[in-house]
Amino acid sequence: MAGTTCTCNCSVSNLTGEAKIEHLLELYKGNPSALIVVLSAIQTELGYLPKDWMVRVAEELNMPLTDVYGAATFYAAFSMQPKGKYTINLCVGTACYVKGAPEVQAAIEKELGIKPGETTEDRKFSFNLVHCIGACGIAPVMTINGDVCPKVTKDTVAEILSKYE
Amino acid sequence: MNTEVLNIIREQSKKALAARLGEGSQDNFQKHVLVCGGTGCHSSGCQKVYDKMEETLKATGLDESIKLIQTGCMGACQLGPVVMVYPGEYHYCHVGEDDVSEIVEKHLKNDELVERLFYTNNDGELQPTMSEMDFYRRQQKIALRNCGKIDPTSFEEYLAVDGFKALEKVLTSMKPQEVIDVIKASGLRGRGGAGFPTGVKWQFMADNESDEKYVICNGDEGDPGAFMDNAILTGDPFSIIEAMTICGYATGATKGYAYIRLEYPLAIKNFRLALEACRKNGLLGENILDSGFSFDIEVREGAGAFVCGEETALMASIEGKRGEPRPRPPFPAASGLYGKPSNINNVETWANVCPIILNGPEWYANIGVGKSKGTKVFALAGKIVNAGLVEVPMGISLKEVVEEIGGGIADGKAFKAAQTGGPSGGCIPIDYYETSLDYETLAELGSIVGSGGLIITDEDTCMVDLAKFYLTFTQEESCGKCTSCRIGTKRMLEIMDRITKGLGTEEDLALLEELAYIVQQTALCGLGQTAPNPIVSTLQYYRDEYLAHIIDKECPAGVCDIKVKKKAAKKITA
Repeated sequence: MAGTTCTCNCSVSNLTGEAKIEHLLELYKGNPSALIVVLSAIQTELGYLPKDWMVRVAEELNMPLTDVYGAATFYAAFSMQPKGKYTINLCVGTACYVKGAPEVQAAIEKELGIKPGETTEDRKFSFNLVHCIGACGIAPVMTINGDVCPKVTKDTVAEILSKYE
Repeated sequence: MNTEVLNIIREQSKKALAARLGEGSQDNFQKHVLVCGGTGCHSSGCQKVYDKMEETLKATGLDESIKLIQTGCMGACQLGPVVMVYPGEYHYCHVGEDDVSEIVEKHLKNDELVERLFYTNNDGELQPTMSEMDFYRRQQKIALRNCGKIDPTSFEEYLAVDGFKALEKVLTSMKPQEVIDVIKASGLRGRGGAGFPTGVKWQFMADNESDEKYVICNGDEGDPGAFMDNAILTGDPFSIIEAMTICGYATGATKGYAYIRLEYPLAIKNFRLALEACRKNGLLGENILDSGFSFDIEVREGAGAFVCGEETALMASIEGKRGEPRPRPPFPAASGLYGKPSNINNVETWANVCPIILNGPEWYANIGVGKSKGTKVFALAGKIVNAGLVEVPMGISLKEVVEEIGGGIADGKAFKAAQTGGPSGGCIPIDYYETSLDYETLAELGSIVGSGGLIITDEDTCMVDLAKFYLTFTQEESCGKCTSCRIGTKRMLEIMDRITKGLGTEEDLALLEELAYIVQQTALCGLGQTAPNPIVSTLQYYRDEYLAHIIDKECPAGVCDIKVKKKAAKKITA
């Protein structure tokens, strides 16, 4: 089952949403080794892994649904719950940790009323802890939908979050 | 593409890069402006600086005579965003959008330096150029040789810095076994943490006959606090592609995989662009440089699992499965990806291959100390003045790295310990401040070089809390397949939690040590086998801090929130 080269990376990158997922399912039909590639695309395009899509993936890649579920629950990048509009990833890697990430975490929890791994009721923010995004020089650091917020302190959290409508 | 055409393009590219190579400009571009686009500088706003520079150069018509490049990580992350001006390798620090017009007006137009943006060391000495700066002066860049110097997505710029010369040499003048012998003789060892001799690994794979073999790049850099692989993949992706291709030729593989973690989107993007450029120019694909050798590489993105840095788990993940490790033997060289012989090396290991081929194994073996040859990239972070990526010869002392390169401890505090090797490593206390940084010495001290995380702690760091931090990480990332890691780390973490809350007992320490020993001895893979190391190491050097938490109900560094009061000693009544 080797050789799953996507020979059309270019055209895939031009597609978005369900069209991209359909394209990948077509491309990797009957090929279970492409499972993570396909699940990653669903996660990126839809923001989570809806049950119906996981069933489709199992059928198209010709593999048991339990294996799809197994991978979906194993990797931290996959979520079966819809995410908020903005995803906050607070780095708690070593450098950020020794420079005060735990205090920042407490401030975010207090501000939003949610714990890591949760989403606010209004689906505005999801909050995760991540381990090292490779920006140790500007620790503590967090990202909000990819925007990097350097040198965050417990006192600047509320102000930063208020910028996201 | 054949070697003749390749060398014609290289000569042209060299001319275009001459201003940066210190040879004086040989084309219209009199000056080169390099904006660091590493993750650290990105995070501190280098994109805005780049855009502003581009806009200003266009508006002033200087874009005809000044070349603007966005590079990979230059290393001095704490000083970012960094802008460099060639010739002269002038190094501007903390450049903001508002500083751009001054640099353009003064330096680029009138050759006047903007001194206020240069680095000043602790003694107040102004250090305008890269070669004068304390941070760079003691470094020796091999793996990071091109990072921050070239446009990482430009095939031509890579050619100009002798890119694909090693591949050309290998394909035109060396037999596969000769290549392996060179790597063996260089003494290069795996930079991912285990330190296994790279050439020996290649030999195992070459010796296994098979219709299909795989070459894999382990770019699942997961140790919190290490980011050199990110820097290399983002800043010099061609060098990894070239090295993997050389390995394919030496070991008889035709297919490669680069497994890059999802958290590094820029690395994935640049690596993909580099792959495209190689295919377009015939340096990947069928019949490379008319040698009859064919090779291609595919990128696989991780999906967020630390354990996938372990080689057998990584291969399971490429196969689309849960990233769980399996027992070895069989080793990947005999039965790896899809059950075929596979050779897997870490990004930094790959980055050392081409210079070894070009300069010879003796050159490489002369750098370093004892059995630790060459250089090592350390990710210097924590309570240090100049955090960033540093590449130093093996055998340099910890003190030199901290004080001479790192500029000492931040905020005038005192050095307490260095933590090396991340969650698989241990700590080096101040008594060993002058110790040599190499595989053997660190192992003797109960730590490891590991992937190269070097976290500096000061008097305000609680070593018990730090050990608990690492254990929390490995416990969360334990894949749950083997009992000793799944349950052992959990029980250890519970004990650590008790201790940091002031609820521990002295018996807990004995139990911790016993559990640590069992997990080290019986876990299935490297994650579990090394997970207890931070505990064992801090118990060895900082037992008094543990006892302070347990007996005095006190955290000496004031980090742990202990609510329990120490019981008053019983009065002895006569």
